[in-house]
Amino acid sequence: MTPIAYHISKTCLAIRPLLSGKIVRSTLIYGILPVLFFLSLFLGRYEVPPSHVVQLLAAPLVNLLPAEIAHIDSSWTAAEQNVIYLIRLPRVIAAMLVGAGLAIAGAAYQGLFKNPLVSPDILGVSSGAGLGAALAILLSAGSLIIQISAFCFGILAVTVTCLLSRFYRRTPTLILVLSGIIVGAFFTALISLTKYLADPYEKLPAITFWMMGSLASVRYSDILLIAPPFLVAAAVLILIRWRINLLAVGDDEARALGIDTKRMSQIIILCSTMITAGAVCIAGIIGWVGLVVPHLGRMLVGPDYRKLMPVVFLLGASYMLIIDNIARNLTMAEIPLGILTAIFGAPFFAYLLRKRSVGWA
Amino acid sequence: MILEICDAGFAYPGGTSVFSGISFSLADREVLCILGPNGIGKSTLIRCLANLYRLCSGSIRLLGKDISGLQQVEIAKKIGYVPQAHEIVFPFTVRDFVLMGRAPHLSAFSTPGTDDYRLAEEKIRLVGITQIADKPVNEISGGEFQLAMIARALTQEPAILLLDEPTSHLDFGNQIRVLDIIDQLAQRGLSVIMSSHFPDHAFLASNRVAIMQYGSFMAYGPAEEVVTEENLMLTYGVNVSIAYSHDVERHVCVPHRSDHCRRRCAPHTQPAIHPVVITSSGR
Repeated sequence: MTPIAYHISKTCLAIRPLLSGKIVRSTLIYGILPVLFFLSLFLGRYEVPPSHVVQLLAAPLVNLLPAEIAHIDSSWTAAEQNVIYLIRLPRVIAAMLVGAGLAIAGAAYQGLFKNPLVSPDILGVSSGAGLGAALAILLSAGSLIIQISAFCFGILAVTVTCLLSRFYRRTPTLILVLSGIIVGAFFTALISLTKYLADPYEKLPAITFWMMGSLASVRYSDILLIAPPFLVAAAVLILIRWRINLLAVGDDEARALGIDTKRMSQIIILCSTMITAGAVCIAGIIGWVGLVVPHLGRMLVGPDYRKLMPVVFLLGASYMLIIDNIARNLTMAEIPLGILTAIFGAPFFAYLLRKRSVGWA
Repeated sequence: MILEICDAGFAYPGGTSVFSGISFSLADREVLCILGPNGIGKSTLIRCLANLYRLCSGSIRLLGKDISGLQQVEIAKKIGYVPQAHEIVFPFTVRDFVLMGRAPHLSAFSTPGTDDYRLAEEKIRLVGITQIADKPVNEISGGEFQLAMIARALTQEPAILLLDEPTSHLDFGNQIRVLDIIDQLAQRGLSVIMSSHFPDHAFLASNRVAIMQYGSFMAYGPAEEVVTEENLMLTYGVNVSIAYSHDVERHVCVPHRSDHCRRRCAPHTQPAIHPVVITSSGR
């Protein structure tokens, strides 16, 4: 071996523990989101010079200062300003909210149901919201009505699931999951019926595209509509995160440790449903985020929900930003988000399983 | 009396009665061992005591208060419950697992602080699993997990410890170690109720024994009075000798072989093995 090669290999060996160590992990968790946030604003089919993007972003802040200290003159066109502020920024914010929300709801459900294969739509919220949107499209409603209808039907589906599970008294969480599957199947059938009845040239494609998920038409008004319940629910889930550990160990033990498991499950279901229904009503049905991201989080910080929940929140936002950037930049036409989350999520999940460090099994 | 059970009865919804008419009380530092055949309702009784199931009749009074009127949090501050070993899906570390015992002392939105960690650490040391504190719970042995569950219950700082067959699934050495720890805890002021499959354990680590049979307590009292040859014959349908061993300074329980087994292996083993030094045959 030549001396240079020897030195290189030795340096590599010395660096390796650093790479797998805490620094890289923290960078991955905390550093990647701000980078992706700005990167997403630079990317897009409408070409805006990077210098203009920087000026556009800095201007509102810098121009708050007195003009003699610093001032940025508008060197950009009105079209560029619109692209950044009215199209890209709301879309980026929505992607972060949807990703973070779905991921945190998925993680909470996996703890509640003591099952690592549960995703946020396990209680039927997505099929319910899908039916709500499909019906609204069928009745030629406007986009606001479609969103409200999706949100309400999503909540309705979960309510039906919870009521159905009350008929059977024993093993509450298992019955809840089974009720969710029953309600999900029922609402999915109704979605199919709606599609079957829809006009195949105009409304059927609209329903189909809505189901595949997209953030292309997100406006600030949509974000303002879902943000308040969404952020409150996410905050509650993050605040009770340590207690999710206890639920994840077992119902009886949690009760023996003084937890009111019934109320706790109700809180988790309510919060997760608000989040997921909100996400679905602005972005359509997006699978896999709520399933894959919690496992990615467990790989990085372990199963303790105290660390897991904040990390999953950030990772979910990053993951969705990456997916959304691919969706709008990879080809000339938009690729629906639901397709991409599965196309990237499924092999990624398979890879995680192979590494066997997913934190279970 | 720290715990008083009066005429307790329980039946699963729509099922027949599991037990009824059970009355006993538990004093400070007392260790009660509940014996009885499989499926007789020992675990159900212990779950009722932890308020995980509601009694159908009778009452349980904790420090003079009926537990049906208490909040689960209040009960959890006084009663620690150690279930039988089970699978855990998410591999929490032993330390995080033991730390969960602080739940009844923390408010809904708070997470454990330094004091809670110190307490958990202390209990981990007490049961002797310090060396595995950082391991995930699904990578430790059944015996270590049992000890971790005991440490978690102790982290609740309860006055009463309920153990559901703490020695099942454990090897011989770990069984004795767990019984030793229970004995130590009682000496430090804890009251203990445990169920067991081994009559010998009643002599090893308890002052009172109850035998559960036919849906109630068939016998209840000091170990020497309750664990008798007749009672064990009635409970388990096997012949045993109870004898005093001077070597270990306590009564021991030695099962007889069935006639069939005796005929098959008698010539080989009879002269070779002298099980324990027995001075009087039974009592």
